[in-house]
Amino acid sequence: MNSVMHKWLGGRDGLIGIVILAAIVFVIMPLAFDVFRLNLIGKYLTYAFVAIGLVMCWGYGGILSLGQGIFFGLGGYCMAMFLKLEASDPESTKIQSTPGIPDFMDWNQITELPWFWQPFHSFTFTVLAVVLVPGIFAYIIGAAMFKRRVTGVYFSIMTQAVASILTILIVGQQGYTGGINGMTDLRTLLGWDIRTDSAKYILYYVNALLLFGCILGARAIIASKLGKLMLALRDREDRVRFSGYDVASFQMFVFCVGAIISAIGGAMFTLQVGFMSPSFVGIVPSIEMVIFTAVGGRMSLIGSVYGALMVNFGKTFFSESFPTLWLVFMGMLYIGVVMGFPNGLAGLYTMYIKPRLGARKNSKAVVAKTVVPAESAPSTIADNSPSNA
Amino acid sequence: MQLGSENYIGAKDGSHNRDFILTVEDLTVSFDGFKAVDGLNLYIDKNEIRVVIGPNGAGKTTVLDLICGKTKATAGSIKFKGKELTKLPEYKIVREGVGRKFQNPSIYENLTVFENLEVSFPRGRSVFGALAFKRSADVIARVEQIAAEIMLNDMLNTEAGLLSHGQKQWLEIGMLLIQEPELLMLDEPVAGMSARERELTGELLKRICANRSVIVIEHDMEFVKSIAHRVTVLHQGKILKEGSMEAVQNDPKVIEVYLGH
Repeated sequence: MNSVMHKWLGGRDGLIGIVILAAIVFVIMPLAFDVFRLNLIGKYLTYAFVAIGLVMCWGYGGILSLGQGIFFGLGGYCMAMFLKLEASDPESTKIQSTPGIPDFMDWNQITELPWFWQPFHSFTFTVLAVVLVPGIFAYIIGAAMFKRRVTGVYFSIMTQAVASILTILIVGQQGYTGGINGMTDLRTLLGWDIRTDSAKYILYYVNALLLFGCILGARAIIASKLGKLMLALRDREDRVRFSGYDVASFQMFVFCVGAIISAIGGAMFTLQVGFMSPSFVGIVPSIEMVIFTAVGGRMSLIGSVYGALMVNFGKTFFSESFPTLWLVFMGMLYIGVVMGFPNGLAGLYTMYIKPRLGARKNSKAVVAKTVVPAESAPSTIADNSPSNA
Repeated sequence: MQLGSENYIGAKDGSHNRDFILTVEDLTVSFDGFKAVDGLNLYIDKNEIRVVIGPNGAGKTTVLDLICGKTKATAGSIKFKGKELTKLPEYKIVREGVGRKFQNPSIYENLTVFENLEVSFPRGRSVFGALAFKRSADVIARVEQIAAEIMLNDMLNTEAGLLSHGQKQWLEIGMLLIQEPELLMLDEPVAGMSARERELTGELLKRICANRSVIVIEHDMEFVKSIAHRVTVLHQGKILKEGSMEAVQNDPKVIEVYLGH
């Protein structure tokens, strides 16, 4: 029981962080906002998946991917393909020259459903594809880069290139992908209309549950020896290598985990927003995703969720009022965070707020410690671990 | 060509019938035509402490880099317990039983002393092994044992970045010891240490060398004298002289290129 608490929840501080976030996401948000706004928040929370993935890759693994949109997009597109096929039954597409295929295919003179679309008739396959397609793609990119010891800035540039290539591919192959408009007009999931208010509520909660699942899973990884190795790797790659570890396989693993978490977010985005387009795949959205993590705190899973929420609130608010200034503001925010508070909101919290909160409680703990000065080593060790909120 | 080999009695034919733990033959590496190590032959016995000395740029660190796989050889062979190392990736060389300590203390500053040792514990070295790794009683016992060995047993919960320079060097030695390497390679282990730390390190090295072979690069001649079984003098990528400390110190060539100034 104690180890479950320690491993999955990150100790008492971690538990408090999780509970507060859960209260905000599960209770306060749905009570405070109408369904339209809540759906918007649900959309922001899908970006929080990417932000969590980046905490793993960038914060812990030291691998700055500027192409997480690739995986968000692949997850989203997999889900969109399933929904699009369901929306393109012969009955509702009977005015097309080839009924029963997605409308954009018909517009592009394609008369038969391409082979790689066929399996997306199956929901089970789709759910697996949401996880496996980005996972395998990340594995291939990771193997190509990390086995050749391409890391740091060079890796970041490569991920940008891949994001750019994928966007061009999607836009260029519009007969197969829906092109620049993406896949729109998605209506039902297994016959269940996802556009109704009740569906939006349910999807919001499913999304939030998956998000918490990912946070807990990521925490378990960080708390394991693998998490410590990631920190070790970030600082002393050679020492890890010469301690008998195959460094590339660890970098590939964490990159794949980041990709899969992002892809789950992408799939939930498609379900909640009702479309997917290349504008969530390319370089600009990928960099925005890095900003969410930077603002929230790249060493903090919970912080990065707040980062995603706040930056997106800001984006919605400012881009309505000052559409031209928003991008400039976003850029300044990123530079400001990197230079001023590199650990983001979570860093500010641990530096300024937590000590004040802890001041009163700790006075008791100090007394307890002085009473028992010779605490046996194994027990203190077992309790000791990096407790990042 | 190999100036040193005639000094090592039986080395040449001994490579076949004697049980060396490490056999380096005709090892050469060139960087853009510059031969940093040139046709080197080196034979290390079981449980031997070998000290490698030589002027700056003699190729000492490069030899260690070649053995542990950090640098790939241009030509020649490195056999460890009869197994060729030159083609193996670094982590496999480590798993064969070759440990390498770097010149500057190379530890994980953000982790505690305990975690530094735990992460170096040779179990759960694959991705999923590391995920499933548990801090079991034997791990804790082993970490504590090593910590006592390297004189850091009361600093287990200290963040490694806060240790003194000498303690960092010991910690890195401990991180290697926990892997129980059969061949330990130390690059200037006492550089930058105080006299007292130097003394303690010398004792530490003598203790840990009991049942393994060690190659040490060192400049401090007093220290070399106190630990070496045999000394190899490198000069311009080649062996200048090999033998006991006394023989090396009295060799006119060695005095000329190294000890003289």
